[in-house]
Parts: sequence; C-alpha cells; structure tokens
Amino acid sequence: MEPDLQNQFSGPGGDTAGKEWRHPSDQWLRGFVLDNRASLGTLAVFIVMMAVFMIANPTVFTTWYLYSSVLTTLPVALFVVVPLVFVVTCGEIDLSFPATMGFAAWVFALVVQAGYDPFLGIAAALVTGVLLGFLVGSLVVYGGLSSLIATLGMNFLLRGLIQIINEGKSMALTGLAGSTAYKIFSSQVFGIPVQIFWAIAFVVLSAMLYNRHRFGAQVKVVGDNPDSAQQMGIDVKRVRVKVFVFVGIGAAIAGTFSVMINFTWWPTAGDGYLLPVLASVFVGGTPTWGGIGTVAGGAIGAVTVSFIQTGVVAAGLSGFYVQFFNGLIIILSLLGHKWNQARYR
Amino acid sequence: MAERIIELRDIKKSYGQVYALGGVNLSVDRGEVVGLIGDNGAGKSTLIKILSGVVRPTSGEILVRGEPVTGWSAARSRDAGIETVFQDRALAVQQTIVRNIFMGRELTGFMGWLKVNKEIEEASRLMREIGFTSKVFTPHSIVGQLSGGERQGVAIARAIYKQAELIILDEPTTALSLTETAKVFHFVRQVRASGRSILFIGHNIHHVFDIADRFVVIDRGKVALAADRSQVKSAEDLINFMEDVAHPGGLPGLHEAVGAEQRAR
Repeated sequence: MEPDLQNQFSGPGGDTAGKEWRHPSDQWLRGFVLDNRASLGTLAVFIVMMAVFMIANPTVFTTWYLYSSVLTTLPVALFVVVPLVFVVTCGEIDLSFPATMGFAAWVFALVVQAGYDPFLGIAAALVTGVLLGFLVGSLVVYGGLSSLIATLGMNFLLRGLIQIINEGKSMALTGLAGSTAYKIFSSQVFGIPVQIFWAIAFVVLSAMLYNRHRFGAQVKVVGDNPDSAQQMGIDVKRVRVKVFVFVGIGAAIAGTFSVMINFTWWPTAGDGYLLPVLASVFVGGTPTWGGIGTVAGGAIGAVTVSFIQTGVVAAGLSGFYVQFFNGLIIILSLLGHKWNQARYR
Repeated sequence: MAERIIELRDIKKSYGQVYALGGVNLSVDRGEVVGLIGDNGAGKSTLIKILSGVVRPTSGEILVRGEPVTGWSAARSRDAGIETVFQDRALAVQQTIVRNIFMGRELTGFMGWLKVNKEIEEASRLMREIGFTSKVFTPHSIVGQLSGGERQGVAIARAIYKQAELIILDEPTTALSLTETAKVFHFVRQVRASGRSILFIGHNIHHVFDIADRFVVIDRGKVALAADRSQVKSAEDLINFMEDVAHPGGLPGLHEAVGAEQRAR
C-alpha cells in the first residue's frame, strides 16, 4: 500500500510534472514486500515458531492429526479476529464478542432444538448477531461511551443474562449430525475440516472489503482522523456503528460453528476466545492507535496463536509453558512490528 | 449581476453563553475572490465551519444559488459545490494520497467496490494540474511523509476534483515556503480565470489585498467592513482600518509609527 520513499528521491527534485505516476518499484516482488510488510512479518514469526516446534519434536509435527485439530478450532477464531481488525482500525475496541458468540449460538441451539431446520437456526443467529452488534455499537457511538469499558460491560451483561436464563445448563444437539447444514459447514473433505474453507473465504472477502471497498476506506479514514472524515462529509458515527455490527455478524458465525463442531451449546460458549482473539489481532500487525491494519496479518496471527498452545504441549514441554510462550510470541511480534509502524506517526 | 453562489443572512452562532457570531451577512458571487480578514478569535473559523457545514448556526438563513437550504451538513455543502481547504488541511496522515483525495467521495462501482485504477488515474491528473508534483511521490505515498506544501497540494487537489463552484481556502499560506505560497496564489488566479469563486481567509493582509476582489473584515463576531477593491486603495488602508477596529480612537502614536514603518518599506 505504501512505497518506500527513502530510495526514491532521484537527485535534485527534478520536474517530473509530465510523467505518469508509477509504483516506485519496477520489480513487482519488491513492491509486494513493501506493501505487505506487516503481514509478511507475521508470517515470518509463524514460520520461525513452527520451525522451532518441529526441531523440538519432529514426529508429532509431521503427523496430520495435529494440524487437523488446529484446523477444526481455528476457523471459529478467524470469524471474529477479522472483524476485530476493522474495529481496531476504526479506533475502537470490542470486548463483547465472546458474549455475542454465546448469545447467537444460543439462539441457533434453541431453533435447532425446537425441531426447525439448522439453516433457519443460522439465519436466526445472524439476525441476533446483527442486533447485538447494533446495540453495542449504538451504546458506544450514540451514548458517547468508551468502547473499552462499555463493551466489557456488555460482555458481562449478556453473559450474565445467558447464565440467569439457562441456570448454567448446556444443550446437546445430537440431531445436527445428519443434517445438510452440518455436511456443508462442519464435515470433512479429504480429511480436511470443511469449516476452514468457509473461514478462508470469509478472510478473503473481508480483506477485499478492507482494501477495495468504500467501507474499508471509510473505516481507515475515520480511525485515522475522525474530525477530517466528518469535515469531508463522512457520517463518522454510522461508520463506527457498522464496524460493531460487523463484529456481531462475525461472532454469530463463529458461535454457530462452535456449536456445530461440538453438537453441544454451553452457556460459556465463546468465553475462551477473548484473549487469544485480541492477541491475534495485535500479533497480526494491526497497531492499537487506529487508521491502519491488516486483515491478512490478523488471520496469520490467529494461526500463530492457535498453534502456540498445541505446539508447546506437542513439543513435549509441560502445560506450564503455554502461557510463557503466548506472552513471548506476543512481545516478539510487537517488537517486530514497531519499526514498520513507526514511520506512520 | 453575477449569480450568487452562497449567501448567509443574519447568521448567529453561540456556544452556551458565548456568542461566536452575532448576526453575519456574507455572500459570494460567481467568479469573484472574496478576502475574509479578521483577528484571532474574531469568528473566522466559526464562519468557515458554518459554510462548510461542519457546524450548524444557532439562527440565520443559508441560501445556495438563491434557494434557502434546510438540513445543512458537511455532505450537503460538498454536494452544493462548496469545497473547503481547512487550515489544518483535514488530511488522514496514515493514508495514501489517493485515499485522501477521495475521502468521503470514493469512486465506487458495483455495490460500493472501489474503482482503484480510476482513482489512481484521476489523482495523478489532479496533482499534475495544480503543479504539486515536483518531488517524486506517487498516489500511493503516505501523506504523513509529505512536506507542508505537498500536503496543501493534496488538500487542494481534493477540493478541485468535483469542479467546485466555490473553494474556501482557510489560511492556505500558513507555514508554507515562498515558492509554495506563490503556487497557491497561482492556483487562486487559475480558479478565478475558470469562472469559479474563492473565499480566501488570511491574516497576512498583504496577501489578501493582492488577490481579492472584495474584502470582508470581521471583528468580534460581526462584519466590521465590506468593501470593493475600488474602495480600498492599498493594503495600508486595510491595516489602518484593522487597527482602528482593534483600538477604536486610541493609541494614535502607535498607529502613526506602524504606518510610517509600512511606508518606509
């Protein structure tokens, strides 16, 4: 997205008025690397980490089972990591997505348990996600509240509501196993969990929204300089509400997938995703201050984070190391991204 | 008589108990350059914000081409052909030149997808047109890496994209080098030659005097002077007037001293 200007000042600022603007790189590879340095950096971190794991325990890391188990749970995280990149780019944060996941999944479970088609359940979950996203977004934007605190409050509030009504009881949905929806969204193709394909499609579509759509363009501008965006006639509040609705949609999909994987809905569904998902966004190279970010980086960040836990245990280290490595990877990634991000400020 | 692009009638704006504007009348006709002068805190910024739709007046009427408007907003102002180059330039500094030029006015096709190539083409054309291409930067350059003059170029390119009928330049020469200032003046003359209008806000009275067809001095939220070029003989006239406004009847000694100094130059 941004060329390296340092090498471009060709002598005294000669008159180039007649020339067409070109990408400063004549080699597409160099341009590609410069444009995607944040996500490529994240990819490098991931590759190094995997190499360390593989050297530590080659036998485990060459068996398919390990990857298959990561590919089963990773998609759930991806569906929320990607919308969160939009929220953080917009200069906000959303900590209410775990409860939205649980809430939307609950609606899905209720519809399925009542004997309706799972597709109807998915539709109901999506509507729930949109409504909750709109509720949270409106509270933050029109209520003028800090998104950090308000979404944290909404997370407790919604989760509490779920717990009160269900009294902590889970729902088993054994009927899902034979349904068409299950085959399409949660079965296996050639031994690969099919949900990863849906997640990849979601990531690709979102990356296009981020880079090649008016929505992404306005999200970036609003996160960068909300006053300017307003002066240029952008409805800043509306853009902000939209990113929260997007998180609601992502959380609803994630919650539904998590139920379809386990055939069970728990009142705590989604809770465990809060910290890994947030870590993924920032490990992926999206800075905290808004205006810029990377969807592809966030996705690679999610892959990295979900391999840490599996990897540490599989590499033969005790479970006590998991947290340590989680922290180590986060800190190393942030240090790595720092030199890239410094030039924007 | 030339067509009246915009007219403000008895515009008042108060922030709580404080009046920023206490009944201002101002109009801009097609093809004229109006110079708006006023001390810091006189109400210039508020007036500009009202014209550009960022701030709504407490009372008063806004007429665009003779028609009263309702629901005035930044988007409505831009749709009416009024573009503003704000003093702080209103740029998003972490974004590319292209994204800044098309801020709030993205070139989109089917379902809101960006026409990326068209945007780059148009951005190139605009930057060439106003001659802000002396350094080697591209439409993909990050605005935060540009110099003050180049940033001003981006802001101006954004203002002229839609063939705006009125361009408001708020202190456009502040913090610019001499060459860059000359470029801005060249641009203003170009715009007037093409039959469009400019509202030029500045506190360098010499600059304003050099370029404007008509002068409006505001002071403490009111129009203190509205004069044609024929009524004002020199920049010194304007300076003297400004001093009279600031210190009515007082400080004649200082008045004389400054006048003498100005003549000596």
